[in-house]
Amino acid sequence: MKRSEAIRSVLEGLKENDIALFATGMTSREAFSIKDRPNNFYIIGSMGLISSIGLGIALNTKKKVYLFDGDGSILMEMGTLAQIGAEAPKNLVHICLDNQAYQSTGSQPTISNKVDLAKIAEAAGYGAANGPEFILMKVENDEGEPPPRVSVSPEQMASRLMRSIK
Amino acid sequence: MIQSSSIWKFLKGRGFRFFSGVPCSILKEMIAAAEEDPEIRYIPAVKESAAIGIASGAYLAGEPSGILMQNSGLGNVINALTSFNLIYKVPVLMFISWRGFEGNDAPEHLIMGEKMIDMLETLGIPHVTLSEEYEDELKWAIGRMKEKSIPVAVIIKKGVVK
Repeated sequence: MKRSEAIRSVLEGLKENDIALFATGMTSREAFSIKDRPNNFYIIGSMGLISSIGLGIALNTKKKVYLFDGDGSILMEMGTLAQIGAEAPKNLVHICLDNQAYQSTGSQPTISNKVDLAKIAEAAGYGAANGPEFILMKVENDEGEPPPRVSVSPEQMASRLMRSIK
Repeated sequence: MIQSSSIWKFLKGRGFRFFSGVPCSILKEMIAAAEEDPEIRYIPAVKESAAIGIASGAYLAGEPSGILMQNSGLGNVINALTSFNLIYKVPVLMFISWRGFEGNDAPEHLIMGEKMIDMLETLGIPHVTLSEEYEDELKWAIGRMKEKSIPVAVIIKKGVVK
């Protein structure tokens, strides 16, 4: 499956109030061009940080939080998988769009072909009854021109997300 | 010396009840007091960058938040500060212990101990060093944070908070 199809299939099934957070790079850009919503939040820098931000949000709202992460970004802050497993927010769904590459910088390989991220997540406590879910989606990069950069300003993104969580 | 419970009482009175952090011996009483206080939620973080991410998420969900960490951890949060908090305008109250103050410490703390204030200045992070006037200092820190909507550092030297 192409990553854009994977993002589209999950994004289109979300309820209006569900919060969706997107990892740095193409994941954010693709989601933004597929379907922007006020409660979509794209992190344009700080690779790896979206998972801990997602945890902080999930611990402070009853709304469902969908975290669209990448293999490179999860590997960069792998300790956060343990953090989420330990805090175990049941309203968090962590989706790993695994293309085995750092696409934004020229598709250099990650190490996710040798490391079983789903097993690591399970060992960290994901997938238990009443706990957070981890969904690993092996995806292929889309070909052709990459989608445009997110055009909502970082400040606007933060304020619109805060308004929609309220 | 300032009692940890007095600091927490002050913070709770200003709406701050959600914290994350990575321990430091200078902060051990403060962290223990937070963990004993049923009105405070303290999330032990695996790394300082995770702590600032968790606290930032809490803020986005409408919960004023802060972190506690050793100044060595400042190195681990610089990218989050420059490419997230400062540009998304996500404020977090950062309690940072000052290991290596005036060069009296183990070798691994000396460079950060000497450079921490310069680093905060370079990053444009407002900061205050805690003293017996802690109420005014915390008030100032929270005021700056709200006014600029960015993280503010409250520095804690050894022996100031028990």
